[in-house]
Amino acid sequence: AVVSTQVREAVVSTQSTGYANVRPAKSVPGVITPYSAEGVDCVIMRENTEGEYSGIEHTVVPGVVQSVKLITREASRNVAEYAFQYAKDHGRKNIVALHKANIMKMSDGMFLEQCREVAAKYPEISYREMYLDSACLKIVSDPSKFDVMVMPNLYGDIFSDLTAGLIGGLGLAPSGNMGKDGIAIYEAVHGTADDLVEQNKGNPTALLMSALMMLRHMGLKTHADKIEGAVLETLKERKFVTGDIGGTATNPEYAAEICRKIKG
Amino acid sequence: SRCINAEYGSSGINAEYGVSTAAAPRTKYGGKTTVTLIPGDGVGPELAESVTTIFKEMAVPVEFEMIDLNREQLKDEGAFDYAIKSLKRNGVGLKGVINRSADFRHHNVEFRGNLDVYANVVRCMSFEGIKTHHTGIDLIAIRENTEGEYSCLEHESVPGVVESLKIITREKSMRIAKFAFDYAREHNRKKVTCIHKANIMKQSDGLFKACCKEVSEDYPMIKYEEQIVDNTCQQLVINPQQFDVMVMPNLYGNLVSNLAAGLVGGAGVVPSKSYGENIAVFEPGARHTWMEMKGMYVANPSAMVLSGAFMLKHLQLHEAGDVLIKAVKRVINRGEVRSRDLGGSCTTREMTRAFLAELDAIHSE
Repeated sequence: AVVSTQVREAVVSTQSTGYANVRPAKSVPGVITPYSAEGVDCVIMRENTEGEYSGIEHTVVPGVVQSVKLITREASRNVAEYAFQYAKDHGRKNIVALHKANIMKMSDGMFLEQCREVAAKYPEISYREMYLDSACLKIVSDPSKFDVMVMPNLYGDIFSDLTAGLIGGLGLAPSGNMGKDGIAIYEAVHGTADDLVEQNKGNPTALLMSALMMLRHMGLKTHADKIEGAVLETLKERKFVTGDIGGTATNPEYAAEICRKIKG
Repeated sequence: SRCINAEYGSSGINAEYGVSTAAAPRTKYGGKTTVTLIPGDGVGPELAESVTTIFKEMAVPVEFEMIDLNREQLKDEGAFDYAIKSLKRNGVGLKGVINRSADFRHHNVEFRGNLDVYANVVRCMSFEGIKTHHTGIDLIAIRENTEGEYSCLEHESVPGVVESLKIITREKSMRIAKFAFDYAREHNRKKVTCIHKANIMKQSDGLFKACCKEVSEDYPMIKYEEQIVDNTCQQLVINPQQFDVMVMPNLYGNLVSNLAAGLVGGAGVVPSKSYGENIAVFEPGARHTWMEMKGMYVANPSAMVLSGAFMLKHLQLHEAGDVLIKAVKRVINRGEVRSRDLGGSCTTREMTRAFLAELDAIHSE
């Protein structure tokens, strides 16, 4: 659902769900970016309940503001567990934890500690750690070297927008919020695009891809694969694509073309 | 209108560098200026060697006070304090990165805090000779370097729960904003973008943003805009040419300057300058020690040498500085002598020799 931040935060926090935000970034055929040649295929696992988004700020004295970043062992453990299990389930081979533990020794240090403990349980998956700034430097030089990445909240937010940019922008970026008790909420990463309301110009790809993630989560892989094939084919042909990626089709026209391809 | 100059101490603005260099004390003996050189850890000593070799060949009137600060030495508290004293005395330094020591002190952060080197400036400009995903980039990332997320104030309030404090003050935010606008004006730049996440961190980044806006009103000839940091990272990989001068708090500055350095060729080619009230420190823009390659002489010395060249210009040795910058750029753009990071296999020393050869060539022109 494309909802405002407040609504999403409320849903996520009150139900104690959405502790891991999954944001895959995969190069899309037909959407050419400077990074299409080497190809991007990475997944970001972002801790989604705490960190810098705890909303705890206070003005100590006028002109001095303190903002609290909260890292707990439990939340770090949850996202690490999810990341490794996801990697195992999806045949991904490498996980790298992104952090700034050189500066934030205790908080990011605790996050890394949990990642290491979980990594020990998955010897088949290679685990390493990288400074967030090094990752930024390296990913824009060669994104093909990045597979699954796990990190606290703020870094995940920033870095996943970076990876969305590598594949062509937020109009194509899906995401899923995983919660305890099996609750999963899938949503496009982009905003509400108020300037495009009721003009049928919005690009539904991000939401559609999110829906496909949901189908896979529900075990409906065959359906998801079929739809995904049709979507990628339509994007590759570029005959019926929306304005944000350089086409002239409306949202319904794009969807109709995908349906045509599904029917065969 | 408010008297910003008096309040934030930017007196005697040097036309080229926007900071008070005229009034700064200089250590000069027999016509030579003494500057502090801290090679640091990892490949730092090899890069420092490039600079000292080149400066010697060029016979620049600069004397290095070399301070060896690495993980081993830092176990002795005195070594670090001595380095600080040296920088305070000399007012100018050239520095590599010090690897985090085993205890909880973070030396690189302490340097900046202790010396109040508050403004880190990284200019990322595309090199014709380096194959990158984007071309035509020329942006300047200005980062507040003494507070924000790097306040190193953390505690475990209950077992398993850690609180890390990010501090934003009006004083330091106004100071960096003023620095950024002054810098933009002195270098004829057209636009300053404030990078923030005030939609989430409403009070802290909100304060930073408000300060930038307030300062922008005193510079009507410079365009001012604001952008949320996640969007900035996205925009940097889609359309980096849109950026001019960017001003931001500590952590975002770290990420953006590394990202931008990656876009133009990497940590090996981007220099940086950092300024405090009476001090200037020059070091590579993306601060990494590359410990695995220590002693192997594979690192690209360009960033360190360019930082050294900017230091020469800061010392008013413009001719020497300019010719060194020209030599380094020519070698990089020609693309014949390339270190590993640029796709070649030349060693640090081979790159240094290439710079020296180019300097000779320029002199005979």
